[in-house]
Amino acid sequence: MTHRIRPAFFSALLVIALSVPVFGLKLTTEGIALIVEGATASTYWIIAACAVGMFFWTLFHERLAAGWAASPNLPRILAGAGSFLTLPSTQRWIICTLIVVALVWPFFGSRGAVDIATLILIYVMLGLGLNIVVGLAGLLDLGYVGFYAVGAYTYALLSEYFGFGFWSALPIAGAMAALFGFLLGFPVLRLRGDYLAIVTLGFGEIIRILLRNMTDITGGPNGISGIEKPTLFGLSFDRRAEEGMQTFHQFFGLEYESIHKVIFLYLIAVLLVLLTLFVINRLLRMPIGRAWEALREDEIACRALGMNPTIIKLSAFTLGATFAGFAGSFFAARQGLVSPESFTFIESAIILAIVVLGGMGSQLGVILAATVMILLPELMREFSEYRMLMFGALMVVMMIWRPQGLLPMQRPHLELKP
Amino acid sequence: MSRPLLDVSGLTMRFGGLLAVNGVALQVHDRQVVSMIGPNGAGKTTVFNCLTGFYRPTEGKILLDGESIEGLPGHQITRKGVVRTFQNVRLFKDMTAIENLLVAQHRHLNTGFLAGLFKTPAFRKSEREAMQYAAHWLEQVDLVDCANRPAGTLAYGQQRRLEIARCMMTRPRILMLDEPAAGLNPRETEDLKALIALLRDQHGVTVLLIEHDMKLVMSISDHIVVINQGCPLADGTPEEIRANPDVIKAYLGEA
Ligand SMILES: Nc1ncnc2c1ncn2[C@@H]1O[C@H](COP(=O)(O)OP(=O)(O)O)[C@@H](O)[C@H]1O
Ligand SMILES: [Mg+2]
Repeated sequence: MTHRIRPAFFSALLVIALSVPVFGLKLTTEGIALIVEGATASTYWIIAACAVGMFFWTLFHERLAAGWAASPNLPRILAGAGSFLTLPSTQRWIICTLIVVALVWPFFGSRGAVDIATLILIYVMLGLGLNIVVGLAGLLDLGYVGFYAVGAYTYALLSEYFGFGFWSALPIAGAMAALFGFLLGFPVLRLRGDYLAIVTLGFGEIIRILLRNMTDITGGPNGISGIEKPTLFGLSFDRRAEEGMQTFHQFFGLEYESIHKVIFLYLIAVLLVLLTLFVINRLLRMPIGRAWEALREDEIACRALGMNPTIIKLSAFTLGATFAGFAGSFFAARQGLVSPESFTFIESAIILAIVVLGGMGSQLGVILAATVMILLPELMREFSEYRMLMFGALMVVMMIWRPQGLLPMQRPHLELKP
Repeated sequence: MSRPLLDVSGLTMRFGGLLAVNGVALQVHDRQVVSMIGPNGAGKTTVFNCLTGFYRPTEGKILLDGESIEGLPGHQITRKGVVRTFQNVRLFKDMTAIENLLVAQHRHLNTGFLAGLFKTPAFRKSEREAMQYAAHWLEQVDLVDCANRPAGTLAYGQQRRLEIARCMMTRPRILMLDEPAAGLNPRETEDLKALIALLRDQHGVTVLLIEHDMKLVMSISDHIVVINQGCPLADGTPEEIRANPDVIKAYLGEA
């Protein structure tokens, strides 16, 4: 017990040292002067209470853990549930149920909810795409947002200069992002681990800065606005159609309702996510999926067996980029506006956090993590100042509680049948 | 005699100031078992690394069936039919035994993206054939019961055999084994000897062997090359090597 007193005391001190500057002091500007304001007394009381709590927690948590171990039922049930949830067959069922729910609920949901759900789906798509690169092929890519930007700007530019619609631009955006992935991957995939991470990080920034500085073409920091929304076989969802086009509500003889457009966008997002899920599920069972796993385990052995590591990594990089391209062009269509500031490094970090939080390589995990990561900030708008703090706390909690991610992947194993 | 399948001459590998391999020559004829022996640190593994493209030799010629292969990247040399194992087991530990064998057939599979995406008949056929080929070799190395177990959970001797089976997936002409009997018990070593004989006699594979187990080496080799401190020391049939005074001196001097 006594040997715990020092660390306990230290932890309590650390709580005070960290939270007083963050929560207790406020910087405000008055005219041109900067003044430091103290917080209310209650804030200080809460901090003090936290410090005391931390002190006793550090002092006693070993005993508590021992107590837990002595009554083993609960944790064991939880562990059992966890491994049941990560079984491929269970995951398939859950995903099927989710699909049905996802297709039905927006017709009963509110406009705001459907809108947020659409945003979540964009991140699901990005998470799934990055999952190919990071989770399956084991390549740390910190510039994934670059491919997302390429996709978004491809559609924006095609729409602005050549009058392309969403559906015809979608495959082009995917192909463009794939091309960028291929061209970047070719030289950098010889690098390993940290070096690859740094180079891709730089690439993401280069793309953003290029987009901001090519003012003549991309509109610079203002971006491109007035991007066309997707249509349903030529039916537009606007109140009034352009020359020679029909609107959805006229064609079906409905009253005009703006929520139709929101639901339609949502359904497109669902469709794109389903496509992504399908492709990834097949990839896992294809030779290339096995090769990615083998490469992640032992690159030297792969080379000795006649596999070309560069080509195999490049395929992961290119495929991952393709999905970012799809997500990007959908993002541009939903937003109607793209600007370089949508593609900062923090986006890459969020997407990576989704992959890590969900459990590397796991699809259901990515869906869950994307929901958490996007929904939480939306629900806690009033705490938006502390958003980054909460992300940090979430990551720390995850690393302690479930370092393997929420629902880690259990790969479908091929079996030899007698 | 006919042209050797593998003809190495003047092979030299220098790491900075260290001359790890110095002018080694080696001739391996079709369907022979050739062994390379020498004390630890003699440079045997380095010779393997040069032959299989993991190192680019400082000097020397490597001819495979008359074609020069020095300086080619490792995976391309494997595709020409030279495949090796490593001194330490390098299986894909989290993948099952059968998956290890499937991965090794990567180049022979239908890797078309669309074919795999839509499970075309050609794709299914190629996957089925790969599975059959893998199952066939699991049988050859007596590992059928372990087919669906992660490779990392197999016993050491089983892992060694699985590694040889995995090499066979690439359809090699020359199989290079780096200390395959290290850590095996006498019975497993006997099995290994039978397996090497089977590979040569039934499957027409030429074997280049690094091994310290003299009983195994002497009984199975057609030809032995002795290396000491990077330099070729002797070269001949097992009888000649056994009687060679230089070899005796080097080995006794070591001991
Ligand atoms: N990559 C390398 N860099 C520097 N020295 C090396 C390297 N690989 C092997 N060596 C050296 O070459 C010599 C021969 O090693 P090796 O071929 O592994 O011997 P062995 O005959 O036991 O297989 C050793 O002295 C080793 O330290
Ligand atoms: Mg060695």
